[in-house]
Amino acid sequence: MSKIHIEGLIKTYTSKHGPVTALKDVSLSIKQNEFVTLVGPSGCGKSTLLKLMGALIRPSRGTLLFDGARLLHPTRDVGIVFQEAVLLEWRTVLDNVLLPTEILGLDKVKSRGRAMDLINLVGLAGFERRFPRELSGGMQQRVSLCRALIHNPSVLLMDEPFAALDAMTREELGFELMRIWDKDKKTVIFVTHNITEAILLADRVVAMTPRPGRIARIVDIELSRPRTIDMEFTQKFKSYSDQIREVIYHGTGASRS
Amino acid sequence: MTAERNAAELYQEDKALEPSDSTLKAVLGATLTLMALAILWEVLVRQFQVPAWLLPSPSLIVESMVEWRSELVGHSMVTLYETLVGFALSIAISVPLAVAVVYSPLLQNTIYPILLALQSMPKVAIAPLLALWIGFGTLPKIVVVFLVCFFPIIVATATGLAAVPAPLMDLIRSLSASSLQTFVKIRFPTAMPHIFVGLKIAITFAVIGAVIGEFVGSESGLGYLILVSTSQSRTPLAFGALVLLTIMSIVLYYGIALVEHVVVPWAPRN
Ligand SMILES: Nc1ncnc2c1ncn2[C@@H]1O[C@H](COP(=O)(O)OP(=O)(O)O)[C@@H](O)[C@H]1O
Ligand SMILES: [Mg+2]
Repeated sequence: MSKIHIEGLIKTYTSKHGPVTALKDVSLSIKQNEFVTLVGPSGCGKSTLLKLMGALIRPSRGTLLFDGARLLHPTRDVGIVFQEAVLLEWRTVLDNVLLPTEILGLDKVKSRGRAMDLINLVGLAGFERRFPRELSGGMQQRVSLCRALIHNPSVLLMDEPFAALDAMTREELGFELMRIWDKDKKTVIFVTHNITEAILLADRVVAMTPRPGRIARIVDIELSRPRTIDMEFTQKFKSYSDQIREVIYHGTGASRS
Repeated sequence: MTAERNAAELYQEDKALEPSDSTLKAVLGATLTLMALAILWEVLVRQFQVPAWLLPSPSLIVESMVEWRSELVGHSMVTLYETLVGFALSIAISVPLAVAVVYSPLLQNTIYPILLALQSMPKVAIAPLLALWIGFGTLPKIVVVFLVCFFPIIVATATGLAAVPAPLMDLIRSLSASSLQTFVKIRFPTAMPHIFVGLKIAITFAVIGAVIGEFVGSESGLGYLILVSTSQSRTPLAFGALVLLTIMSIVLYYGIALVEHVVVPWAPRN
């Protein structure tokens, strides 16, 4: 059984200028513990698809199954990371990480221990008592990752989580995310508009095109793990990149090519 | 990322955050400028022998302030009382009302236009009516203060409550947080810096509101003192009252800023 199963999904927003079809006829099956990246130009419905998977918005039509059941309400089995860390400025790093456990009413002592472990895991040991404004963008995003993982969800939804960071920090965090995922497997759906990042992280890259947003091609990435930075320069990597670029830039979707 | 690099990054940011001596410099600069202006004023008044009833010299103002100190203190207390009670009343009513407005689209559509209309009405014009309805005691002054403070506080609070970043709201929703949790843990703390912006604007209006109320009809307060002393050509005393009003306004403003510093230490500083 797939972790998330999507079939014939349509999402139409109503805007001032009439209806906007953000997603048209999207079908996708994501396996348990799979690392899937969604890549495509802005406006192709990546965020919309992610929000649908988190039940933050409802589909207009189609099927969305989470663990085989229709997803009607947000589930605590999901952790979310956004492009902005959106930490609470009045809380310390530790208290920011603990926020979801307070909302879910989880055991305080256990949560604290787990939060400390996560903070150590992302290399922020010693920064528990710091406030967000004292941290760099990269460090803030690490805190936001801890916050998404604190209640041990089985699915991690990430919407361009590293897009606001400089190239070096971005790469570093990418590898760190894979290290964490390797230790504690989760189903990860990771949105990016960076093709290299999409390939380097993913088991499968879902390439999307806009107007209306749909899946143009799905590419299986058969690079060994752990991934390394040199893989970027291999022939295989380049061919993946070409396959994705082709559909994204020329709009020759799988159905038309 | 290594611990050393974390530390290095932090060190850099710490340096940027270090409180500089700019506050001290600003205070010192303002004081010196004021003193220079006072000296210039003194010199000009003496040079051109301006009559005291027209424009008293700073030294004469100080002299009369010392002479009339007990009256000045007494009237200051009245104005301060009206200001603080009106201000407190305004907070007590506008903050909950802002919460109601943010949570209820119906209220948003009904109360907001009324508030805007109220705000557009000149308070100076309302003051005589208040005197007509509730007399010449302290109550009508408190009501004027309340009215001038109301709008900035409610607008700031409503703006602040709505200022939660959309992704954060999504995150909270994904955890199925209750409305109360969302309010207590997210919305209200987010609104706090905004509320203090409103309070700081309101407190400067508050003093003006009290004086307006006193102008319209009263037997006490600094506004009353100014009215009486100018009508009797005791201009130095009127200036003395004006000085006290200014000081009161400034002290109240920085009082709020101090409370803000303690209550909302994360608020952006200017
Ligand atoms: N709340 C909304 N109301 C109306 N239109 C929206 C809304 N959210 C997104 N859209 C539109 O849907 C399309 C897809 O948006 P989005 O999912 O944010 O794309 P992406 O994340 O790939 O940039 C865009 O055309 C966007 O303008
Ligand atoms: Mg997006």
